[in-house]
Parts: sequence; structure tokens; C-alpha cells
Amino acid sequence: MDFLIFKAPILMVQASMDGILLGVLFALVAYGMALQWGVMNIINIAQGELVIMGGYIAYFMYTAGIPPAFGVIVSPIIMYFIGWSLYKTIINRVVERDMFISILATFGISILTQQLMNFVFGADVVVAQSNFGTTMLFDYSVTLPNAKIFSALVSIVFAVALVLYMKKSKLGRAIRATSQNQRAAKILGVDTEKVYAATFGINAALCGVAGSLIAITFTLHPYIGLPYTVRSFMIVIIAGLGNLPAVALSGIGLGVFEEFADYILGTEFRIAAVFLLLVVILVYRRFKLSRKREYLK
Amino acid sequence: MSKKNIIIYSLILVFGLSAPFLFPAYKLQISILWVLTILALTWDIQGGQMGYNSFGNILFFGVGMYVCSSVQIGMFFPLSEWTASGGEKTFLHTTSQYFQGFTYGLIFAGIVPAIVAALIGYGILGLRGHYFAICTLGIGIAAGEIAGGIELIGAGQGMTVPPWPKGIGGTELRSQFFYYLCFLTVCVTFFVIRLIYQTRFGLVINAIRDNEDKAEAMGIHTMRYKIIGWVVSAFFLGIAGGLMGNMIGYIEPTEIAFAGSTYGVFMVLMAILGGKGTLWGPVIGAAVFHVFKEGFWTFFLGWQYVALGALIIVIVIFFPEGILGWFREKYPENFGEVVDEVDRTAQVELT
Amino acid sequence: MRNLKLSIVLLSGFLLAFSSIAFAKVKGDTITLGAAVSLTGKYSTNGKNTKNGYDMAINRINKLGGVIVGGKSYKFKIIYYDDESNGGRAAQLAERLIKQDGIKYMLGPYSSGMTKAIAPVTEENKIPMVEANGASRSLFTKGYKYLFAVLSAANQYLEVAIDLAVEKNGGKGVRIAMAFEQDAFSQDVKIGVVEAAQRTGSEIVIDDNLPKELNDMAATLSKVKALKPDVLVVSGHTKGALTAIRQLSEMRVNVPMLAMTHCDAGKLSKQHGEKAEYALCAAQWHKSLTYEDNYFGNGMDYDRDYTAEYGSAPPYQSAESSAALLVWKAAFERANSFDTEKVRDALAKTDMQTFYGNIKFSNTGQNIAKPMVLFQVRCDGGKCANKVVAPTKWASAKLVHPVPTWSNR
Repeated sequence: MDFLIFKAPILMVQASMDGILLGVLFALVAYGMALQWGVMNIINIAQGELVIMGGYIAYFMYTAGIPPAFGVIVSPIIMYFIGWSLYKTIINRVVERDMFISILATFGISILTQQLMNFVFGADVVVAQSNFGTTMLFDYSVTLPNAKIFSALVSIVFAVALVLYMKKSKLGRAIRATSQNQRAAKILGVDTEKVYAATFGINAALCGVAGSLIAITFTLHPYIGLPYTVRSFMIVIIAGLGNLPAVALSGIGLGVFEEFADYILGTEFRIAAVFLLLVVILVYRRFKLSRKREYLK
Repeated sequence: MSKKNIIIYSLILVFGLSAPFLFPAYKLQISILWVLTILALTWDIQGGQMGYNSFGNILFFGVGMYVCSSVQIGMFFPLSEWTASGGEKTFLHTTSQYFQGFTYGLIFAGIVPAIVAALIGYGILGLRGHYFAICTLGIGIAAGEIAGGIELIGAGQGMTVPPWPKGIGGTELRSQFFYYLCFLTVCVTFFVIRLIYQTRFGLVINAIRDNEDKAEAMGIHTMRYKIIGWVVSAFFLGIAGGLMGNMIGYIEPTEIAFAGSTYGVFMVLMAILGGKGTLWGPVIGAAVFHVFKEGFWTFFLGWQYVALGALIIVIVIFFPEGILGWFREKYPENFGEVVDEVDRTAQVELT
Repeated sequence: MRNLKLSIVLLSGFLLAFSSIAFAKVKGDTITLGAAVSLTGKYSTNGKNTKNGYDMAINRINKLGGVIVGGKSYKFKIIYYDDESNGGRAAQLAERLIKQDGIKYMLGPYSSGMTKAIAPVTEENKIPMVEANGASRSLFTKGYKYLFAVLSAANQYLEVAIDLAVEKNGGKGVRIAMAFEQDAFSQDVKIGVVEAAQRTGSEIVIDDNLPKELNDMAATLSKVKALKPDVLVVSGHTKGALTAIRQLSEMRVNVPMLAMTHCDAGKLSKQHGEKAEYALCAAQWHKSLTYEDNYFGNGMDYDRDYTAEYGSAPPYQSAESSAALLVWKAAFERANSFDTEKVRDALAKTDMQTFYGNIKFSNTGQNIAKPMVLFQVRCDGGKCANKVVAPTKWASAKLVHPVPTWSNR
């Protein structure tokens, strides 16, 4: 326990700003999670690995001499196809079965991709330099790396674009129809197979964006995916499926919570704090529902 | 007990008792096989029989491991000095101290996880399906991270367990001692689980798996049974953890005790591989998995996790019912099931 | 059906028994050593460095005449297993190497944690092990008789840095901020720093621990910014070093001295360029040290040959691993026997110079003949390199202290 943060309020400003910028990024990943969960009824444990893979694409561009910020354009395109082919090879076989099977299958994908990334990119911790500089506030006492601001803005742009796409385009409407009632959509002539493939591809593309942003703001290595999966799962169960403003809000809430946990509990308990928060929220919701003799579905 | 059953049990018993003399170089390997069998058997109480797919049973394994060695050390020496600065100081247990500590350690290694299971069970077993799965995953990982921050048990440095006392025979005796202890534990676990599956308890947890709401509507206190099931799992897992910690000789929070990415995954995989929801499935799954792993895996040098991932995917997609389940589909008459072909084809057409 | 179960169980037993081929310890003209190194998992980069170091040394020794025992020349061979960066697995594999594969001579794994897991096994089986990557001091207080480490203990890594800071402060105590990963190695480095702080009357103002999955240490750095310590000490393998530099530069945190570990394994000067300038790093070895032997020549030669072989400059993890093989070779020749006890006694009497440094074991198996080096990342026109600053005997550059503030860079 360390209460320095309460003695120096400026640290609180710093922590909140960091948390908000981080939370927007989490929310982007969580939105992909909510999408596939809502449409395909799948929990994707490999979500974090897709994020890291997207990050490596940006890093790869960086080593080739292209500014890594362009990763936010290239990475989602490549990741869309990776997601699409993952769907065609594996996910389509688990999509309408018991959810536990999809959890285990995506868990297998997660282990497999971790190790493949280890072979392709090495287990080295890598960073991509954006050289965006830093913004100083309040007489140098609060520093915001421009890379983080950039990443938050890009996340917002992509989220808004996706919402519009879901509302306006034909495919977007088909996706929404499938998530509301898969059978009815099928009867009305929606090719659900195609919708599923597109949904998984879009999810992977969102992960790709988030990953390339992580490459320029934090560090990458093949084994750091799981916390991103858990965070997005948590955001989705707090916010509920298909409720984008709530996803954004709870994402930011989680980001701020983590930063404050860092200061108060110490960085070593950060992951534990995230996972315990998940448990607490689930158990709280379970008790609330069980009064009405219902349970989380 | 049928005649065939007796033959099988006695063959396994003979193998188990004579293995250290037949294959002296493989004592540790076979001891680990018994521990893995315990993990798979206890996981199957939740995952297979009750329909609650837990990813967090490794919690009890780790708690048992830490409790066991903490008791072993703490009974005779100050624990904080034992673990200070990465365990620089060494205290030596005398022979009687060692065995006294180990006995109490194993007892507490069973009881403490069981109490933990009972305490958290009411909150967590109320969750269903994938919420339960993800929640337990969170608990398992959080436990490892927390243990890695507690100074008293060595934090990230880990702690060493008391060394085998000098003066009563060397490593051979030690590995034989732990071998037979593991074998004894797996036998007890197996027969306790077999026994409780034959009682009303077994029927109730099957009912919970098949339809929990209906079971509740029939007036069964499902929560009570779910907690009992978890407590039984936790008890044996804790003892297995205590044994494992002593066999390895060194405890590390996230890699050995709360090893979600190895034992935590293996226990699920072994049960599914053998056939979840059956008594023998986890046993067969553990044996096949361990042999595969030690026989081939070790020579993959780096590719083994690719193979593990691929194995998981193939198993859950193509053989979700496991080895025993597959045979059960193929030769139902061997399982004492009478199949009415007409009815069967009719049902197949329906689905 | 029952027969099926039976046959599966029996088959399993037999497979288990015959699944591995027994290797003899010395067969024909080869001496087989065993090693479990991390080829997958979080330590796999350094595990690979370790393996490269071992491989390079056995190739070189075999090419230059092998090991002469009893007038006959023997070749080295190593059986590798992958410990998956997992201590439990490492201990299990050590047992497997000794019991199933009949290995009589062991090489160490990568990292203190793995070595701590393996040491009880080798000790119990009385198998000598020369290890090159387990620096934890607690390895040398257990009275292990069969463990020999060619490297300096972890607590010595950053002591020098604290001493330097105190010296620059006119002999007065300094204010220290510490951030150490929760693992065996870093916590041992911490012990050394804490002891140095007590010795010099310095004050520890921040004492943070970092998780193993570190990628954000903004909280610690904000505290550093608020409390303005004289020295910031960070140890968290390669990701600790990389994360620290990234966030220090982004958050514009000014600290007069920044001391770290794992700078060369993390390729700090390459990945971060000028942002990493002035970071002080502890290392077991540096290529500019002027030690020599007959197999690798001096450090510069090793650097050249290693780079030709593996395509990147050798981090000290590779150098110390190569040195372990030289120690084995010398011990076999001095013992002139393959008896493990005689070889152990010969190992204990080791007193030699290698390209990596002098090696002489204390009676607890620790190498006491070699100092740590401290280098500082210095950049010249965008090209950054590690320059040795301490000990002064090999210093190729003067320590820059205090580090210029970010606005002056």
C-alpha cells in the first residue's frame, strides 16, 4: 500500500489521464468482443493474441522503415483476412455448439498463435518508435505522451466508423439482424455463414488496430495477450452486449481503476486487481440476480 | 464387483506397487502420472459430472502446495527467516521433525483448500456456464499473482521445501517414499470418487448437469451439492499439491504452484481426452496424455506448444466426447447399454 | 470394453518405460552433457542465447582437438531439453536427464529461478553441474557441493552503481528509487542494492515491485518525478529495461542516474537509440575486456566469431555459457578420469583464465575471481554503443553524471 497519490493530488490527475487514454484502447478491443459474442455467441479467448498479432504487424512495418503509425491502416486489413481464415478453418466448426467448446477451441488457438509468434518474431520484447513527442500540462507536472493521445483518437475514429457502418451498410444490417435472431435472419435470406465470417474478420481487424496502437505506446511480446482478453470480457459483462456507449464508459472506468491500483496497491498487483475485480463483479451480479431467482445467461 | 473388475483393479495395483522396482529410472515420471490422474479425476467432478467447467481448480493445488510446506517449515522454524532474501538461510529438519511436519503439512494441505472451496463456493457456484468458466479462470490467475507478492512465502523468489533428512537413506528412499504416497493418494481419490458417484450425490450432480432448474424444481438444494463436490475436489487437489511441492523441492508462485498455463490446462485436457463425465475417462486420459507428453513432446524442442494448441483444437472439434466416449458410441453394448436400433435411428433422424 | 481399458493402461505403462532411449554418459569417444534450457516461454530469448553459447563452445572445442583424457581425445555432445521457462518442468527434466538418460555431467539452465529448481536435484544425485546463468546468492549459501557458477552473484550487479552515485555525491548518502520485478533474479539484485544503501547511509525513497507481465510502469515513474531521487534502479529482465526507457523518455522524467540490468540482452541501444543514452547497465562481461584463452582468443575475437555464426552480437549470457564448457574441458583433463567425484574435485580446484574472465571457485561454488562491469549507453551521431565505465581498468569512456535533463538533450 502506498498513499503517495493522496498526498500529491497532481498524481491523481496524471493517473486519471493515463487511465482514460488507456481505457479507450481497451474499449476498442472490448467492442470487437461484444460484437462476436452477440452475433455468434462465442467467447474468444484468443482475442488478446489477435491484438498482439496486430501489434507485430505494425512493428514489422517499423523495422522495414515505415512509420509504425501507419499500422493502424495496414494492420486491420491483414488482420481481417487472418480472422476470416480463422473462421473458415476452425471457428465455423464450433460456432453453433456448446459455448464451452468454443472457449476451449479458442484457447487452443491462443496457445498455438503465441508459440507461432514466438517463432516468427522471437520472444524478445520489442517496441516501435513513433517519435510523436510529449504534451506537457500544468507546468510539466502532468505529461501525456502524444502516442497515447493519438491512440485514443484513432480508437474513437474506428469505433464511430464501425457504428455508422453497422447502421448504414447492407452487411452491417445483416450482422445486426443475425445477432437479434439468427433463425429469422436465415429465413429472410441472410447468409449467416457469410455474416459470421465477416463478424469474426471485423473483430480481428479491431484487434489489429488496437495492437498497432499498443506497439507504439507500450511493449510487445508473444505472451502478453491474455490480460487483454480478460479485460475485454470484463468490459463486455459490465456493459452488456451491443451497448456501445456503455462499452466505452466501462472501458475508461477499467483504465482508470488500473492506473489507481498501480499507485495504491503497487504495480505487481495490477493483474491480480483486474482479475479480482472481474470475480467481484460477476459474484455481485449473481447475488443481485439470484434474488429474482434468475442467473447470468 | 464383477470378476473382470477385480482383474483390472488387481493388475493396476500390481503395476502400481511393483513399478518402482521394474522401472527404477521412471519413479518420478510415474509419480507425476499419479498426480496428474488426481488432477483429472477431481476436475471431472465439476467439469464432467456436474457440468461446471472450471478453469480455476489449480487454485486448490497451489494453496495446498503452499500450506503444506509452510506448515512443514513453520512448525519448527520461523517461516519469515526461512524465506528471507530468497531463502539464504538454511535450517535442517531432523528425521522425526521432517516426518512430523510432513504429516501435519499434508493434513492441512487437504483441509485448508477444502475450507477455501466452501467459503468461495457459495458465491461462485451460483454462476453458470461460461460465466463460471471465466470467473474461475480469473481466480486461478489472480491467486498466482497475489502469491507472487506475499513476502512471507517468498514472493516472486519462491520458497524451497525442507530437504529430505540426512541419515535415513538417500535419494532412492526419498523417491520411493513419495512414489508410494502418490500411489496411495490416487487410489484413495479414485475409490472415494467412485463411491460418491454411486450414491445419491452422483445422481444429483448429474441432474444438475442435465438441467439445473428442473433439479431445483424437484426440491433439491443444488447449491449444497455443488459446494460438496467442490470441497471434495479441493481436498484431494490440495493433497496432490502438497505432494508435488515436496517432490519438486522448490515452489514458485506462477509456474509451479498456480501453474494455470500448464497443470491448469492439462487437467481439463486430460479429462476431455479420456472422456469427461465417466469414471475411467480421466484416468485413461491422464495416462495417454502423460505418455505422449514425455515420450514425444520432449523431443519437439520448442514446437510442443504448437502441438498442444493443435491437439486441443482437434480434440474439442472432432472428439469432444473423448476416448471412452468414442468407444461408448461405437460399442454401446460393452457399457451395459441396450440399444434399440429402431429407436436409435429414429432419434438420429429427429436431431 | 474392460479389456480395452486394461490394454490402454498396460500399453501406457510400457510406452512410458521405453519411450526414451538411454544415452550413456561416455560412449565411444563422446562425453555427453545434459542441459535443460528455455526454448519456449518468457525466457526463450535468453535461453536461446545460452544454447548458442554452449553450442559455439562445443563446436570450437571439438574442432580444436576435443578433450584429452587418458591420452585419448573425446568429443563433447549435449542433450538439450526445453524447460518451457517453467521451474517445475526444469526440475522434472533434470531428474529425467539424470535417471533416464544417464547423464553424469550437467550444464545449467537460463535464469536464477530455473537454477534454483534444478540445483536440489543435481545435488541429491551427486551430479556435478557447471552453470552460467543462475546468479542468485541463495544458491551459494545452501552448502551445495556439486554446483559451480562461472558468474558473479546477482547481488553484485548494481552495488557498484550505488557506490558510484555516492562517490559522485561527495561520499554522502543518496536517495534511491527502486523498481524490481517479482522474480528470483531481480529480487537478488535488490538485496545487493539494499545492502549497499545501508552501507553507504543512503535512503530508499521508492520501493516498487513490478509484475512478470510488465508493460506499464507509469505509476513508479510518476512517483520518481514527484520525489526526485538521485538514483533510479530498475531490474526486470529485458522488458523492464525496455519499458523503463520508453516511459522515462515519454514522461520526461529526469533522474541524475539510471541503473539497470539486461541492457545488452534487450538490445537497448538498438531498439531505443538516443532515448537510451546515459543508462548505466550492469553486465557479467563485455567484449572490450582484455582476457584471453586458447580457444576463443579475446573478447573481440569471440564477438566477431559469434556474430559470424549467429548473426547478432553476443550478449553476456552467451559468453558465460561458452565459458562453462571451457571449465568442463579443463576439469576433465585435470581429473584425467570420468569418475564424477574426481571430476567434481577437479572442478573445485579450477583456477583459470578464459576470454570471459578469470574463473576460480570459492568452496561454495561461486566464481570469486571476476568483477562485474558497468557500462553506459553512449551515442554519437545517432549510433549508440555500450561503453565500459567501471571498473576503471577497462574503462573506455568517462561516466557522464548527472544525466542531462530531457530538455537539454
